[in-house]
Amino acid sequence: MNTKTLNKEQTKTATTIRISGSEAIIRCLIAEGVDILYGYPGGAIMPVYDELYKFREQIHHVLTRHEQGATHAAQGYARISGKVGVAIATSGPGATNLITGIADAQIDSTPMVCITGQVASHLLGSDAFQETDIIGISTPVTKWNHQVTKASQIPEIIAKAFYIAKSGRPGPVLIDITKDAQFEELDFSYEKCTRVRSYNPVPKTDIDDVKAAALLINSAKKPMIVWGQGVILGKAENELKSIIEKAGIPAAWTILGASAVPTAHPLNIGMVGMHGNYAPNVLTNDCDVLIAIGMRFDDRVTGNLATYAKQAKIIHFDIDPAEIDKNVKTDVSVLGDAKESLSQLLPLLKPNSHTEWHQKFKDLYAIEYEKVIKDDLYPTKEGLTMGEVLKEINIQTKGNAAIVSDVGQHQMIACRYAEFTTTRSNITSGGLGTMGFALPAAIGAKMSAPERDVVAIIGDGGYQMTIQELGTIFQQKVPVKIVVLNNEFLGMVRQWQQLFFDKRYASTEMTNPDFVAIAKGYYIDAQKVTKREDLKNAVAEMMACEGPYFLEVCVEKEGNVFPMIPSGASVSEVRLE
Amino acid sequence: MKQHQVYPLFSIIQNLIRTMSETKLYTVSIYTENNIGLLNRISAIFQRRHLNLDSINISVSEIENVSKWTIVLQLSEERMKKVIGQIEKQIEVIKAYYHTEEETIYQESCLFKLRSNLLFDEREIQNIIKESNARIVTVNREFFVIEKSGRKEELELLHRELSVFGIMQFTRSGRIAVTKDEMKISKMLEAFQH
Repeated sequence: MNTKTLNKEQTKTATTIRISGSEAIIRCLIAEGVDILYGYPGGAIMPVYDELYKFREQIHHVLTRHEQGATHAAQGYARISGKVGVAIATSGPGATNLITGIADAQIDSTPMVCITGQVASHLLGSDAFQETDIIGISTPVTKWNHQVTKASQIPEIIAKAFYIAKSGRPGPVLIDITKDAQFEELDFSYEKCTRVRSYNPVPKTDIDDVKAAALLINSAKKPMIVWGQGVILGKAENELKSIIEKAGIPAAWTILGASAVPTAHPLNIGMVGMHGNYAPNVLTNDCDVLIAIGMRFDDRVTGNLATYAKQAKIIHFDIDPAEIDKNVKTDVSVLGDAKESLSQLLPLLKPNSHTEWHQKFKDLYAIEYEKVIKDDLYPTKEGLTMGEVLKEINIQTKGNAAIVSDVGQHQMIACRYAEFTTTRSNITSGGLGTMGFALPAAIGAKMSAPERDVVAIIGDGGYQMTIQELGTIFQQKVPVKIVVLNNEFLGMVRQWQQLFFDKRYASTEMTNPDFVAIAKGYYIDAQKVTKREDLKNAVAEMMACEGPYFLEVCVEKEGNVFPMIPSGASVSEVRLE
Repeated sequence: MKQHQVYPLFSIIQNLIRTMSETKLYTVSIYTENNIGLLNRISAIFQRRHLNLDSINISVSEIENVSKWTIVLQLSEERMKKVIGQIEKQIEVIKAYYHTEEETIYQESCLFKLRSNLLFDEREIQNIIKESNARIVTVNREFFVIEKSGRKEELELLHRELSVFGIMQFTRSGRIAVTKDEMKISKMLEAFQH
């Protein structure tokens, strides 16, 4: 048997071959359709890297500059494609460096498999060199994890890992493999996992629940939809759009739901939450039926729960039973896959237009436009705004770029103003709020979807948390566009200090290096913009560049993001200034 | 600005009052796969919410290779439901239930180690043992050991009665419980297979 052509047919027939555990790991990954993985070598994972060398024609390993970068790259890869991202690292510090990315993937439901090397099984528990209890450490932030100490367990456990990571509500899985299990031989055959007896990934949708939801929606005078990432993960974008259009329901999105319905869609009323749009936040407390789809009522979305949509009947569609009634009590809950349950709902809905109700959103949008949006996008003051940079990117990419944002003010601006035309175009760290996410995530996104423009929008703070990944971009020649919106501050924290801590700017001012010189040090084309009149050409140059490009835009130092729901306040108390 | 800072405090106090006033003792029964690491995973769910367990017992169940956990803790039903949801979500958990005292039949067990001379010097000791339906496990020259199974209150009563004589060692098990209602675990496992 040719060791380099193990196709699906062969795995199905379950022919066994005698190979090492480490070769088995690679063959499992190939059988799962993994074409790219991100990682960093080290002592306890070296046998696997040796096999990666042998299989380098079939599986592309990307050496990141830090294991955290490997996880975020795997996340970016997964978020843009829906496929499972894979990260690999050695034991000890290699494994612990994965934790931030794993926690991020857990809270943002990103399918990811992490493989870590571990000291030989006879050394477990002995405080051996680079031994760490990564199973114990990763337990609270993984959907599942498992330690393999015998080569014979490898195929079954890796198959299970991929199945668990991508099925139901996706999430990260960590598999820790001792070095002796990597060296040991096994009789290898591979069969994909299709079920785990204690795990029910997709609860069956109860048609009676769907009918109850339809009844409420059909009788509603002021219905409102808030959708989340569940729509994207469930590939239910078309079903959602059909529902919105048929029943004429204004629909808002959470940060991770962005791009599921095009921004320009007339019934897309914008983002909810702390820095969301004015109308959907205020009218959350005015609607009579609130239809939540694939979202989890995060505190950044709801503000004070005691005053959240108390007047409304709540309908909650979700795949995860643990989310029902977790934060907001529902009147009707519909369990199941979003595509399935929304398909069942659609024929039961009566056509409607809710013109008067929709007008309310338009009226409030006009207020937000006057007080916030106009100055963000068409500023008259001297300093450049983050909003106008986004506007320029929108114009020049025609909304077709995938926007990868980091965490902070620029992230809120990116999500508020990016004009999306395609789903899976907003890649950002939502639940965990991981600064340093964007640069490596953009690498993964671009490598996963090379045909798409990928623009990373990053603040000067977050950029410096994973800036070493410029090395990965350079070595792999990943043509990502990097935009750093530099306000020489940790802007979001500074905004809070201004508003809630009497302008005591404790440790938020940044003395920054010459970012352009750093990019050029990695042989990445770069330029810096400080004046409005240079912005358009700079963005054009960036987008026209065939390789990676770095653009630093010096924006006003003390700009604030509005609207804003102060923490603990009600959604309807959203402030415009 | 100051006004906004009042909200979280207000709602925290409100929540505190609400949750405190409604707490109850619940017996949680969890059926799981018998896997290493699951204890860590389940305990993390309680730890995250700052929930202290009264007792925990893990044993075999009526189904081969399926473990049964019995956990006792005090909290509001609202929180209990959420915790059950988080527990059931774990891949290797087959099913989790919660029950009130009235819905279960439960027992705890304890061991007392006492000085042997008490048996001869303190006549009352023999009466206490008899009346409490405790069992003498072993007697030697230095000490004797008695075992008592029953409800928490019975065990506590016996402990109070014996403590006046001086207890050399004492230990009590976690609660074990069966429910009055049926638990359809076998059927559930069959359903997972299809």
